[in-house]
Amino acid sequence: MSDSLLEIENLRVSFPTPKGRVEVVKGLSLSVGRERLGIVGESGSGKSMTGRAILRLIRKPGLLTADKMRFDGQDLLGLSERKMRHLRGARMSMIMQDPKFSLNPVMTIGHQIAEALKVHENLPRREVQARVIEMLEAVRINNPEAVAQMYPHQVSGGMGQRIMIAMMLIPRPDLLIADEPTSALDVSVQGQVLDLIDALVREKGMGLILISHDLNLVARYCDRIMVMHGGEVVETCAAQDLHKAQHPYTRGLLAAVPKMKETRSTLPVLDRSAWGGT
Amino acid sequence: MTTKDWLLDESPTSRMQANAGRAYRMGLAMLGNPLAMLGAAIVLVLVLAAAFAPWIAPESPVGQNLQARLLPPSWDHWMGTDELGRDIFSRVVYGARITLMIVALVALISAPLGLIIGAISGYFGGWTDKILMGLTDVFLSMPKLILALAFVAALGPGIENAIIAIAITAWPAYARIARAETLTFRNAEFISATRLLGASHTRVILSHVLPLCTSSMIVRVTLDMAGIILTAAGLGFLGLGAQPPLPEWGAMISRGRTFILDQWWVATMPGIAIIVVSLGFCFLGDGLRDVLDPKQGGKS
Amino acid sequence: MGGHMSAITLKNLDISYGTTKIVHDVNIEVAEGESFALVGESGSGKSTVLKAIAGLAPDWTGEVSVLGKPCLHKPDRRFAETCQMVFQDPYGSLHPRKAVDMVLREPLRVHGIGNRDARIAEMLNAVGLDQRFRFRFPHQLSGGQRQRVAIARALMLEPKVMLLDEPTSALDVSVQAEILNLLKALRAEQNLTYLMVTHSLPVVSFMCDRLAVMNKGRVVEIAQAKQLHTGDFAHAYTRELYAASGAEIDTEDTL
Repeated sequence: MSDSLLEIENLRVSFPTPKGRVEVVKGLSLSVGRERLGIVGESGSGKSMTGRAILRLIRKPGLLTADKMRFDGQDLLGLSERKMRHLRGARMSMIMQDPKFSLNPVMTIGHQIAEALKVHENLPRREVQARVIEMLEAVRINNPEAVAQMYPHQVSGGMGQRIMIAMMLIPRPDLLIADEPTSALDVSVQGQVLDLIDALVREKGMGLILISHDLNLVARYCDRIMVMHGGEVVETCAAQDLHKAQHPYTRGLLAAVPKMKETRSTLPVLDRSAWGGT
Repeated sequence: MTTKDWLLDESPTSRMQANAGRAYRMGLAMLGNPLAMLGAAIVLVLVLAAAFAPWIAPESPVGQNLQARLLPPSWDHWMGTDELGRDIFSRVVYGARITLMIVALVALISAPLGLIIGAISGYFGGWTDKILMGLTDVFLSMPKLILALAFVAALGPGIENAIIAIAITAWPAYARIARAETLTFRNAEFISATRLLGASHTRVILSHVLPLCTSSMIVRVTLDMAGIILTAAGLGFLGLGAQPPLPEWGAMISRGRTFILDQWWVATMPGIAIIVVSLGFCFLGDGLRDVLDPKQGGKS
Repeated sequence: MGGHMSAITLKNLDISYGTTKIVHDVNIEVAEGESFALVGESGSGKSTVLKAIAGLAPDWTGEVSVLGKPCLHKPDRRFAETCQMVFQDPYGSLHPRKAVDMVLREPLRVHGIGNRDARIAEMLNAVGLDQRFRFRFPHQLSGGQRQRVAIARALMLEPKVMLLDEPTSALDVSVQAEILNLLKALRAEQNLTYLMVTHSLPVVSFMCDRLAVMNKGRVVEIAQAKQLHTGDFAHAYTRELYAASGAEIDTEDTL
């Protein structure tokens, strides 16, 4: 990438256990421009930790080290916690898996979205309101004025997730990290939410890192795919070349997914011993 | 293979080994907590003092010696003597027996009672819950000591009645905890799965619900021990608990009150015993909570 | 499929929670030895139907019978011997303080069945769990291993009918493949009847013979699993669900 937004070299995240420190991310390097990168892996592959590490959201006693972590020319490792907080949300945002746990239950939706904006920008109140309504419209919510007055428990899961997206996108970040943004949603809503993220990312020219366990989903919505296993990247390829993947782990994963037009009598199972697996 | 390896084996080969391994891990966690170990040591001293009182105490707890009245602490009498010339150290050591008996009996009566009432209430819900919890609330709404006083007044003073009175006032808190704990998992799939195996409600409650409530109950009872000791001492102090000449710590303070200005040790020494033992139970309870808490424990 | 008697019969089944009716007029016949899927999105009432059969959602009207015997509104011992259930969440379906051995011993104890040690060892083999897992506690097992234990517990009483409530939706794809293979093999070996709730059409395509599609508490269509190959469904909602489940990407990733 010539104009890379995020550059990471040799990222390591480790946690202490009674048997010594265990690395959950083992020397990962990546570079993202204004493009869509997918990170795929199973549970325990370190994909979510990678997402959190980029925002420096690894809590003690977790330890984060890297040879290089630059976002748009700024060194993320050297930044003070205050500056980092400012960067988070304003320039890099993260959408979490379950909207139920990410929205404040006693604040109206409009208020929460406005809050996300006010933290980063000083705007007159009327303009804030206008931006909130505009954002709710952008995430395809009918009747945004009414929804802004509602509380999180009054909306469905799919709408909750769209509200989360509105909250994350209203400060107009450059990089969006979406960690399993749709796994808590029904299939019919999944498509809508991902189409929406996709449209907004393209429209605003943002970078997107989509973290998911679902290979086909990531293949559909990303340009490039990184497959992670046991804290390491086993393979990186262009999304359209996923079916030509070389690494046995990637191939194993692809084959293990049941298909709509299934004719196999048994599904091929990963030989975990090949990677010293779980 | 050493014993330690056998205990920490990830793939135990018998139920006994699995349980021993779990207990060993908990023991290790306890050892890593200095305050809990201090608490455990204090409680151990209490138990040893109670068990070996005749060998530890230099004199009889009731033997009077009017020549040696109200002597200050010295080499002969470590804690001094009281108004009848009895050695206070000996009385405090024998008092450990009474304290331990009160604590153990109260725990044995009130904890299982509260546990079962709470578990039944939480598991069935509905009207069962409303009636049982209404009853519990009636008991909870009355101040403990006053209720105990009323019971003792009705049943007559004496150590047995004091124990019954304290036990009756202690169970509602345990019932509440057991109910709250039961509510968190009564709709869990493992309960449904057990019901689907054809197990009766009694079986589900006894062998699936109760084991999950016991650890928080043990913690709570240990923490409450201090309160139980104080209530017992309070009843003793008011003359409604243990009767003279029994060396009950609260009653001893009560007797010493008359001389508090000139012979401070008479009331202070049993007072220190009460404080130390209460603190010991508190520390132990805190440590047990860290080890047994289902929210933290159990995860590797 | 094989049998002439129907394994599960649901007639005019209505289910309510409190005052709200959540399942309306469900009519399904599952033949003996068949693998039948209930498909739908969250809130469609598909899991509630399973719970009603099992007696865990007691507030129903209509007719429910398993192997010709009418079901009661609560779980009972006789029913337990013919029909068992596997739950969705492998973390919630095992008692956190009981080792695998205890979990598998419980059904034998409840029903007073002897020769317990041998039966447990045999069942561990059948579900593909090594004997060294026998005395482990649930927190020492992975999600897939826990689900194997849950399946073993359900099979301990040798039931003929199994109710499967999203048995793999909480698992990774590679683990899902193992569990699906296991369920399929067990069904063939023991001639079991499956009624499986799932939201995943590809899983239905792999596991089942027929499916009922549910939407908002009603069955909108009953179809053959083979229709998933062509996508020709009668009801608009089924076609919508089919399209949203990624029917089109299927063709590209044939390796």
